[in-house]
Amino acid sequence: MEGGGRGDGGARDEFFSEAQELVDGLGRDLLMLDEALKRGQSNAELINDVFRGVHTLKGLSGLFGATRMAGLSHQLEDVLDDLRLGRIEMTTKVLDLLFQAVSLYAQILSAEKGESAEPVHDVEQLLLALGQASGKRAGGSASTVAQYDLDPSLLGVLTEYEEHRLRTNLQDGLALYRIRVRFSLMTIDTALDELKVSAKPHGEIITYLPTGAGADTDAIELEILMASRAPLSLLRGAIRGPNVVIEEVQRRSGAGATPPHIPPPTPPPDPFSPLTSVRAPLGLDGASLPSHDSSARGRSPLPTPLFQPAPVASMPHAASAPARGPGPGEVSLRSVSQTVRVDIRKLDRLMTIVGELAIVKTAMARLSERARSRATGPKELAIELGRLNRTLDRHLAQMQSGILEVRMVPLGQAFDKLARVVRQISREHGKDVNLVVTGAETEIDKLIVEELSDPLMHMIRNAIDHGIESGDERMRVGKPPVGTIALNAFQKGNHVVIEVEDDGAGMDPKAIIATAVRKGVLSSYEANDMTPREVLALVFMPGFTTKEVATDLSGRGVGLDVVKTNMGKLGGVVDITSEVGIGTKMTITLPITLAIINVLLVEIGKHLFAVPLASVEEAIALDPAQVRTVESREVLSVRGVSLPLCRLDRLFALERTAPMPSKAFVVIAQVAQRRLGFVVDELIGQSDIVIKPLGKSLKSVRGFAGATELGDQRVALVLDVAVLIEEVLTPGEARYLVQAEGGRA
Amino acid sequence: MRRVLIVEDSVSTRAFVRAVLEDSQFASGLGGCDVVEASCGFDAMRLLPRGPYDLIVTDINMTDINGLELVRFIRKSAHHAETPLVVISTLRAEHDADRALALGANVYLPKPFTPEQLRETVAKLLEGRPVRAQSDGER
Repeated sequence: MEGGGRGDGGARDEFFSEAQELVDGLGRDLLMLDEALKRGQSNAELINDVFRGVHTLKGLSGLFGATRMAGLSHQLEDVLDDLRLGRIEMTTKVLDLLFQAVSLYAQILSAEKGESAEPVHDVEQLLLALGQASGKRAGGSASTVAQYDLDPSLLGVLTEYEEHRLRTNLQDGLALYRIRVRFSLMTIDTALDELKVSAKPHGEIITYLPTGAGADTDAIELEILMASRAPLSLLRGAIRGPNVVIEEVQRRSGAGATPPHIPPPTPPPDPFSPLTSVRAPLGLDGASLPSHDSSARGRSPLPTPLFQPAPVASMPHAASAPARGPGPGEVSLRSVSQTVRVDIRKLDRLMTIVGELAIVKTAMARLSERARSRATGPKELAIELGRLNRTLDRHLAQMQSGILEVRMVPLGQAFDKLARVVRQISREHGKDVNLVVTGAETEIDKLIVEELSDPLMHMIRNAIDHGIESGDERMRVGKPPVGTIALNAFQKGNHVVIEVEDDGAGMDPKAIIATAVRKGVLSSYEANDMTPREVLALVFMPGFTTKEVATDLSGRGVGLDVVKTNMGKLGGVVDITSEVGIGTKMTITLPITLAIINVLLVEIGKHLFAVPLASVEEAIALDPAQVRTVESREVLSVRGVSLPLCRLDRLFALERTAPMPSKAFVVIAQVAQRRLGFVVDELIGQSDIVIKPLGKSLKSVRGFAGATELGDQRVALVLDVAVLIEEVLTPGEARYLVQAEGGRA
Repeated sequence: MRRVLIVEDSVSTRAFVRAVLEDSQFASGLGGCDVVEASCGFDAMRLLPRGPYDLIVTDINMTDINGLELVRFIRKSAHHAETPLVVISTLRAEHDADRALALGANVYLPKPFTPEQLRETVAKLLEGRPVRAQSDGER
């Protein structure tokens, strides 16, 4: 921050959240450009959007002293300016550079926040490649430009880009229309949006010129310049409105154009001229373009020859640079923004609830006054208090769900970035992969979305690297040459389920076992007893990889075990199914929010524990007669199905002040497909709690998700059910898994 | 009290300008400074009749109505024909900046600018000008 003073904290936060939004937007626009390019189209509007995004980023990074970002934006802006002004052509290689820039932006932003090191080398590499890209200026011919000169007073308010679009469109033989509209200032945004929607299918809007008498009225008159191939009658039918007048701007020269019977409007050469010159028809009467003397600054004047289809600037070096660019394994997709954009209506609802709470407070005050003056008997008082308590309860519940709602963001935020990753990895790997996304609108806690991006990226990388076969191989086995990765999200009760499914080669259990045994993850003796599911789960073990030669993509020392650990931290689990030759599906199951959870409070030897209700299936009375011991492990038969038991007092070595009560209970917990019964002394009841971390000194203790304070100043430890199940049901003992549950996914 | 209208589609740039101009030390030299934010050309056109403003700062590269069109519109309006007008845009937009100056903008301040550059520009433009804007009371 260059001397902005201490009062800039707020502005700097705005900077991070706006920059993050811009970078995310760039990624989305580039994907759309990529789609268009695949269909052999170019999209001037999108390119301009990307330019504007980078342009804004550059301005911002300059203001806030983010120099590396400013440098990157500067070069990028050059390339994009050339692209949008038609000096270079959009190609896959140029797009590669742009995609790379987006991931570098993310790294730079997190470096600016001090969360990681600056990718100095990568930025330099990309700058070099960008320099080469924009250095190649395609030449063109100016021969036809003169015919299209426009009224100087019009040109006086066009930006360079608008002028370029106008010329390009005229050059392409489109007709120019002037749409004159009158809108109320208050409604102009929506009214104009409607007009844009009806105009868009028929051509391109070049600019909007506000006309009219000035700033003193409530209405505004606009002249909209639009280029279109459609005839006037069609446009008049398509763009309707009470105050809409459309006319064609006459063209003087050029084959097939209307004869120049319009008197030259004699436009005053001075751009300060009054409005009348613009109201006059935009006659293309040969009045020459006002020459803006920018040559003094060393730039050529505008009517540079840009309009001939520019020969594609080949970029021999640009192509090699991205391949050596930042390995996707090192790039985090996490956003640096801690901001959640909130629909104002959600806040309004919260405000209403606060109002209701204030009413409750007043009623309480009145009641306490009456109690003090003994105007009310204790019985009435109790009834009143009970009523108030219920009201308070209801409003607090509303408040809680309202605030949770504010924390919720669509998963699409993470998915957008993944689409970029798929493109990048599949290109680097020479595999054609199609990403199909469903359920992007599924909402989940903002914090979880942030933590999800990287694990999902790794799973997708794994799918492309190990799952999807090469095009040739796919053809050989009769699959379509383009592989498919499906990213599905949906809500299931209090959980969000995300599936990453590929139609690749699948995983061979024999190969997995062989690798696991060789790597010492497993003894061959243990391997004999394993179910297919358990075998597949081995890929989540630390240090496991089946490919003999670690490829550039997955061989970065980050395995699926990290994915599993990270999901575990969020209270989620990863499950895997695979069929050789058909494909692999990994499923993440996550709680919707981390903030407040519903728990079952239980007591063991006077100690309180909380079991997240999301993983509790049921709680039953323990019938000692149904407990058997199999290979030194207690197993309970519940309705004919075996359930492994875990005595928490033994596991945690709890001291018992009183003997084990004669009547105990079993809390049956299930995470993914694995079940475990916790034996407890007493069931206390359900409660909504806020989890607090255990603090540094206890961080390494496994099996607890945190602690919570209860209303009566007692503290309960919150069990980390996923970890406990994992610990207790180690692979050798996992045979107690309930097979009958297999079809429930 | 001086009132400044900033027209700019980037929220953090607006926040930056506000922070710089409303900085107590600088603002007290102006007898107070109140920055009014407009996020697009239409927004500006809605806010202009609620003036007067002592100074207007506008970006050029905005959607719908660009800054050049806004400059022309402002200069046409009876109330703001003389109001000091600063155009902020990136260095490479000198072509557009030229046009803005031709349309009647007073100063072109290339982005990025330092807080000092902005304060200097604003102070110079307001120097010797009578205080036009009323305090917040009026709309």
